[in-house]
Amino acid sequence: MIEQNLSLLLVVIPLLAAPVTAMLPAGRLPWLLTLIVTWTCLVIAGWQLSVVIDGSVISYELGGWAPPWGIEYRIDAMNAFVALILSGIAAITLPYALRTVEKDIPRHQTSFFYALFLLCLVGLLGIAQTGDVFNLFVFLEISSLSSYVLIAMGVQRRALTAAFQYLIMGTIGATFLLIGIGLVYAETGTLNMVDLNLRLHPILDHRTVHTGFAFIVVGIALKLALFPLHLWLPNAYKYAPSVISVFLAATATKVAVYIMLRMVFGVFSNDFVRITPTDHMFLLLGVFGVILASVAAIYQTDVKRLLAYSSVAQVSYMVLGMGLASVLGITATLVHVFNHALMKGALFMACGALVYRVGSSQFDNLNGLGRQMPWTFSAIFIAGLSLIGIPGTAGFISKWYFMLAALEQQSWLIALVILLGSLLAVVYMWKIVEVMFLRPASDTVASVKEAPVSLLIPMWVLVIANIYFGFNTELTVNVADSAAKLLGVAAYHE
Amino acid sequence: MIDIIVGHYNYWVVIFLMMAGFYTVIDRGNLIKKIAGLSIFQTSVFLLYISIGYVSEGTTPIIAEGLTRYSNPLPHVLILTAIVVGVSTTALGLALIVRIKEAYGTIEEDEIHDQDESL
Repeated sequence: MIEQNLSLLLVVIPLLAAPVTAMLPAGRLPWLLTLIVTWTCLVIAGWQLSVVIDGSVISYELGGWAPPWGIEYRIDAMNAFVALILSGIAAITLPYALRTVEKDIPRHQTSFFYALFLLCLVGLLGIAQTGDVFNLFVFLEISSLSSYVLIAMGVQRRALTAAFQYLIMGTIGATFLLIGIGLVYAETGTLNMVDLNLRLHPILDHRTVHTGFAFIVVGIALKLALFPLHLWLPNAYKYAPSVISVFLAATATKVAVYIMLRMVFGVFSNDFVRITPTDHMFLLLGVFGVILASVAAIYQTDVKRLLAYSSVAQVSYMVLGMGLASVLGITATLVHVFNHALMKGALFMACGALVYRVGSSQFDNLNGLGRQMPWTFSAIFIAGLSLIGIPGTAGFISKWYFMLAALEQQSWLIALVILLGSLLAVVYMWKIVEVMFLRPASDTVASVKEAPVSLLIPMWVLVIANIYFGFNTELTVNVADSAAKLLGVAAYHE
Repeated sequence: MIDIIVGHYNYWVVIFLMMAGFYTVIDRGNLIKKIAGLSIFQTSVFLLYISIGYVSEGTTPIIAEGLTRYSNPLPHVLILTAIVVGVSTTALGLALIVRIKEAYGTIEEDEIHDQDESL
């Protein structure tokens, strides 16, 4: 019986904790409550995944209204997998948050900061849990609105303009999604995802459905920072407080990838992808995204911006996987969602450690810092190897599956682009190594100490996870594979 | 043809508002005007939903004697939620503009851009 309620608890617990956190006195107490909540969520998400991993489905009817009339939380392997990634990253970010937030956020704002962090988590988890498209829009806006505020809490004043730009772009994206949902609702009269899938099937050639689909895809693509709609992302990640860069880089775009998968394949079905040029469009944007965003990353002179452009490139890989529209392609996308959360989490944590000690992530201020901060530097190095996709790291597993998916369809061009993206990743990660290790240390750097242990431990947990999931692929690949099959993509090539 | 134009007049209003709002967001450099445009853009979607829910010769969706044909209440409920979202977005956007004005002394996009470049 309790298993039934897990799906709702995962949303309700952080939602109730958020206002409580806001009312707590400033200081460490809000942090402690948030820590407890995130770890509770992690336990519930793990439990939830263990229930549905065998292919069963948890269905929870909100308020006792039976679907398709009421809102349904419908948990299958894919939702549970995404929820686990989200709560896992939140749980590992929180120990890291304590010291950096004390430095970045004025003391009297800490209660609100953690309350907003929880709200953002509620939104993201809600997106993962819900089986209702309008409910998904509401959760998307909850997470977006709280992340605008969190970004605006950055130290420099440019955080404000970055947050404003994100607000404009994000709201346009969400409104496009809303228009799309409205048009699809007008055609079908339902908002439940499973029901939508059934009712859309006979009318997939209607023009309203096509228009709705276009609005939905463009709306999600804005949230996803899919090239060329990625313009808000680099500044938002750069000027946000360190811990928010870590959290958003590891979760926000991944959730958008999940929404895209769920809407395109779960609601509209691969039949629809087949009769429209959707797959070709994804492949085209993915190819351009991987190459151009990687090249843009090479020209950055700031570690955070470099990593942000690298995120755009990595998201493009996931879109490539969707464009291949096969079980292998979707598996690769989901595996990469997980692995990329690990590597970008570790890299942004290391970057936050640099900012913590030096106060800047500009290359000019980091010369020779690798010797002063050996643990942080080796974390960047190993996570960088994972980003490139060196065997023995989690990144290799993702690249391997992308290659398999491309070769399965004899798409040599796509395979080439995947390799090229890795080569470009070598170039931009090498720039960081060069600056931090090969350049002579300036005088100001000589007195810099290694980052505090409370920053190093979460960072290294993620680094070790990068290596662990490079060898043990059972969890990631099995779950991703069964999730991909659930979407019914298998029928595509018959 | 005339039927399509006249019979769907509310949808034409929706499209006009949507484009006007969207254009304002893209074209205007003044941050307040951008938020105003964004609000108009969102409002047009509210009208779209309400239009979808309309049933010809339908009345208000309440249970009463003699009322059998009524509009679909679900889009109304959805839009109540979307209005809340829209209001919070506008409020947050305006709050950010206040902070930007305090930090930069201007709310013109190009002037803000110039100040950041000169840093």
